[in-house]
Amino acid sequence: MAVDLRTKLGHVELPNPILTASGCAGAGRELAQFFDVAKIGAVVTKSVMLAPRAGRPTPRMAETPSGMLNSIGLQGPGIDAFLQRDLPWLLSRGARAVVSIAGSSVDEYAELAARLSDAAGVTAIEVNISCPNVEDRGLVFSCDPSASAAVIEAVRGRVRYDIPVFAKLSPDVTDIVTIARACVGAGADGLSMINTLLGMTIDTDTMRPVLAGVTGGLSGPAIRPVAVRCIWQVRKALPDVPIIGMGGVRTGRDALELILAGAAMVSVGTTIFHDPSACMRILRELDEELAGRGIERLTDVIGRAHEPRGTPRRRLSGTAV
Amino acid sequence: MTGGDGEQDAVQVQVRGTVLTVRRVDAYYAMTVVAPGIAARFRPGQFVAIAVGGPDTSMLLRRAFSIHDVRPDHGGTVEFVFAPVGPGTRWLAERRTRDVIDLAGPLGRPFPVPRDPVSCLLVGGGYGSAPLFPLAARLRKRDCQVDFLLGAASADRVFGALTARRTGRTATVTTEDGSMGIRGLVTDRLTQVIHEARTDVIYACGPMGMLRQVTALAQRYEIPVLTLVEESMACGIGVCMTCVLPVVGDDGVTRMVRSCVAGPVFRGDTVRWDDVGTIPFDALGAPGWNPRPSAAARANTNTTNPTGTADTTGTSSSSKNSKTASPGGSTRTHSTSRPANRSSSPSPGGGGAVPGPGPARKERHGS
Repeated sequence: MAVDLRTKLGHVELPNPILTASGCAGAGRELAQFFDVAKIGAVVTKSVMLAPRAGRPTPRMAETPSGMLNSIGLQGPGIDAFLQRDLPWLLSRGARAVVSIAGSSVDEYAELAARLSDAAGVTAIEVNISCPNVEDRGLVFSCDPSASAAVIEAVRGRVRYDIPVFAKLSPDVTDIVTIARACVGAGADGLSMINTLLGMTIDTDTMRPVLAGVTGGLSGPAIRPVAVRCIWQVRKALPDVPIIGMGGVRTGRDALELILAGAAMVSVGTTIFHDPSACMRILRELDEELAGRGIERLTDVIGRAHEPRGTPRRRLSGTAV
Repeated sequence: MTGGDGEQDAVQVQVRGTVLTVRRVDAYYAMTVVAPGIAARFRPGQFVAIAVGGPDTSMLLRRAFSIHDVRPDHGGTVEFVFAPVGPGTRWLAERRTRDVIDLAGPLGRPFPVPRDPVSCLLVGGGYGSAPLFPLAARLRKRDCQVDFLLGAASADRVFGALTARRTGRTATVTTEDGSMGIRGLVTDRLTQVIHEARTDVIYACGPMGMLRQVTALAQRYEIPVLTLVEESMACGIGVCMTCVLPVVGDDGVTRMVRSCVAGPVFRGDTVRWDDVGTIPFDALGAPGWNPRPSAAARANTNTTNPTGTADTTGTSSSSKNSKTASPGGSTRTHSTSRPANRSSSPSPGGGGAVPGPGPARKERHGS
């Protein structure tokens, strides 16, 4: 029995729910030697900014138990190079491109949105309002509901109506549901969660911070429980808003866990560093996990953990979306 | 990774390889793994990125090691050298014959080799000498003369001194404690060796400090130098963006390039050694490089476009050139295209203003 893995990214249908996570797959090109990038649900590109950006000094990463800290600082070629080189390449491979954008002001986000809207072939836009590696932590829009809403509103206003806009949220907030509501209220078609958690590590030999940027974003399986919690909370509060779940997904079982919490799609991030072909493996494993449980459609289990205990499975698979 | 066309997809870069042997070599370990595809495609200077700790490991980052040797037995084997300095490399050292490890390779751009039979000096610090031996074999096939200059903190940290003596026209060894060869640093002997061997081109691999000084000396004598850098990497395949260093492109613009895909081999004169570990103020996209306040964004578009467009091909074109250009080719163009103070700075640096490079003191890549 083949499991129906189709899922919805806003109104766009994806053949399967496995995506790359922004910042862990470049623009897909480097991964093409490991698997066919058109076979996964979509490639979520590294956050692109208006101008080229050199990022932060090295060392930029530190390994931590079941995770890593990074402080890349959004290094990238800028939107011009992205549109000239990266996006056409993805499209030439038949891949679906979810473009992540990052800016340091509302206007920058809006301009990026407009540029992408003019380009053909953008499947969706993920608005990175939560990168912890910016010079000024005050610029992390997703820590403030009104700042988040301002960015999303500006982006939504400039993006073509048929391109879904997803807001990427930070778990480093008092109440993620407040931010989620603000984004959805401002026109977000869906939510991506979670970005990295702000962390830090110190070299006990040199007695100095390991990262040149001092603090960095924590990712990897270490943060998966945080991701599950955030997705759970937001799904509970906003059951109709599609969620791209990410945070420490390493196996098909992990992907299923996020799906049960409420994610309609799952991004694979840090695990790609460990296993460059992880996306295809996780897709295969997810298929096996679902088939092994006798589930015919992925959509039957999205948010399933919210169902009261003992809900008969037959009713679920019969009536779900 | 340029192009990434159909042909490249067909080859298997990530493989599961069976461990053939793990042997102790003085302070290091050498592991031989059966990996036919990697062995067949390998060219000197390339590396493998290895997952450590087994399937449920808490160590997520791959460890990158230069390939030291490939052999045709068992369909093709790959050997690399590492120092057991951290939990990841200790796990590797505990592997036994028939264990299976996950490795990706061969990664990175190889050493360019001269078209003509010239005199090559191979300089290695610590086990940075490991990738120099397959290079030496390739150079000898092209009738190049090969001289070795190897150094480390102590005798047990000089890798391959015996092979160097056996296969090189000359082999000079330095140790900081004098336990083998001449007491001192490789850079102390470099001038003399260059003169005696009438060196035409230098290949160097070792700690950053050593590479910086070797480049400075090579530039003083106007000898092209090719360096294999050891930035720490998380993935080795170009997606994590952690292994960047400032490199001057053919257009004179400094970019933060990934040493895993643009390198690990760079022309020494293109790397801004003194600025490694920083974002030089004039690097493309450095803070303040192109202050683009949103209000003035549109006004700025025109002025920024020339460099912005150049960047679209910049990273790949600069590295392509470092790969294909003949070592002597554009060296001088480069020193002039860089700010004047840069070409003069190596002299004070090489003169000891900076503490000694300490070959092999700092272990490479991951731990």
